[in-house]
Amino acid sequence: MNITTPLTDDIIEQLHAGDGVTITGTIYVGRDAAHKRMIEALDKGEPLPFDPQGQIIYYMGPSPAKPGKPIGSAGPTTSYRMDPYAPRLMEVGLKGMIGKGNRSTPVREAMQKHKAVYFASTGGAAALIAKSIKEAEVIAYEDLGAEALLRLRVKDMPAIVVNDIYGGDAYEEGQKRYKKV
Amino acid sequence: MREIRCEEITETVARLCIEANYYLGDDVLKALRQARDAEVSPVGREVLDQILENADVAREEEMPLCQDTGLTVVFLEVGQDAHIVGGDLYEAIQEGVRRGYKEGYLRKSVVEKPFSARINTRDNTPAVVHIQIVPGDRLKIAVVPKGGGSENMSALAMLKPADGRQGVVDFVVETVKKAGANPCPPTIVGVGVGGTVEKTMWLAKHSLLREVGQPSPDPEVAELERDILEQVNKLGIGPQGLGGGTTSLAVHVETYPCHIASLPVAVNIQCHSARHKETVL
Repeated sequence: MNITTPLTDDIIEQLHAGDGVTITGTIYVGRDAAHKRMIEALDKGEPLPFDPQGQIIYYMGPSPAKPGKPIGSAGPTTSYRMDPYAPRLMEVGLKGMIGKGNRSTPVREAMQKHKAVYFASTGGAAALIAKSIKEAEVIAYEDLGAEALLRLRVKDMPAIVVNDIYGGDAYEEGQKRYKKV
Repeated sequence: MREIRCEEITETVARLCIEANYYLGDDVLKALRQARDAEVSPVGREVLDQILENADVAREEEMPLCQDTGLTVVFLEVGQDAHIVGGDLYEAIQEGVRRGYKEGYLRKSVVEKPFSARINTRDNTPAVVHIQIVPGDRLKIAVVPKGGGSENMSALAMLKPADGRQGVVDFVVETVKKAGANPCPPTIVGVGVGGTVEKTMWLAKHSLLREVGQPSPDPEVAELERDILEQVNKLGIGPQGLGGGTTSLAVHVETYPCHIASLPVAVNIQCHSARHKETVL
C-alpha cells in the first residue's frame, strides 16, 4: 500500500501490523537530542519548529551528504530511546513514527489512544533508503549536527507497520510464529 | 630497529575508517547470503535481500552502509621491535579518525560530557584505542566502527563458578532475547568468558575482529559457539526482529583464565553491518 503524508484517520484505520507500505510526501526527522528540545519547548508553552498535525517523524541522524546529493546514508535509529517523548508528541497531533525496534507499553497505548502508527524501516539499509529521499532541509537545532531537526521529501520510502491502532505488534506476532523454544 | 612513521599510521587509519564503512567484507556478505537461502520467513528473506542490496548500493555509490558510522574502535598490535617515529602514536590514530570521517563523509557520532552537556566533538574523536605489545617489528591496525544501537544491547555478568557452561549459554541467550529487534538482527554475538571484569568485555569486543562465522581454534570453545548459535536462532527473533530463523549469523567466543572465585561473561552484540578492516604495516 502506498501512503501519502499527512496521515489522516482514514489512512491510519486501514493499516495493520505486518503490512508493507511505501511512504510518499513530507516527513520530519528527529532523534534523541531534538526530541529533548521539542519536549522542553512544549513544557515552556512554545510552538514546535513544525506543525505536528498528521505528520510522521523519522528517528534518524543521516551521514553527511556528498556533493550533489540531497542526503547521506539515512537508515532508522533504535526507537525506544524516544519512548519518554513520543506520547507527548502524539498528544499534539503526531500521527506516525518511523524507526526500528520495540516500543514501550505507554507508547503503544498512546498510539491506540491518539490513533497513531509506528513503522519500521530496515536498520542498516541506509544507503538503499537514501535513494527514496529526494530533498532534505535543516529546519531547527542546526547546532546538534547529525541530530538536527530535518524536513524531508520522500518518494516510495519502504517501511513495515509494526504497531497499529488495534494493538497489533508485528515483532510479537512474527517472533511467535518462528519461536522454537 | 624498524621504524614506522606516524604519518603512515594516520593515513592507514583514515583509509580503514572509510573502507570499513563503505565496503561490507566478503565474510559478512557470504554469511548474509547463506542466511538468505536458509531463512524460513518470507519477511525475513525480504529484509536480508534489502541488506544485501544495500551493500551493493554502498559499494557502488561509495557511501556508508549505515548512517551510524560508529564510534571508532581501533585495535593495535605493536611489534616490540618496531619504533614509532615522527610524533605521538595515540594522536596519530586520532588524526586518522578525524581525517577519515571528514574525507569519507562519515557521521560524527561522538559527544563529550556524556552525563551532562553531551556536546558533539564534530570530528568523531576520540576513538577508543586498545594496544597490545607482540613479538616482531610490525604494526597491525584493525578498525571497527561500532554502532550505538547494537553496543547498547551489550551486557556483562559475574557468574558463580557453579553456574558453569550452562550458565554461560543461558546468560548469552537471555541477553540476545532481551535485545530483541533493537540491535539490528541478524547479529554477530561477541562473547568473552573468563579474565577480569574489563578483560572479559575486551575479549567479547576483540572476538568481533574474527572473520564472521570462522570457528574458534579451540574445539571446546567452537562447540560452545555452535550450541549458543543454535539456541539463539531458536528464539524466532529473525531479521530485524520481524520473525524468522536467522537471529544471529555467528557467535564468536574468546576465553581467558580467571580467578578461582569467578566466572565472568561478557556479551558484545554486533549488528549485521559488521564493519571491520585491518592491515599490517
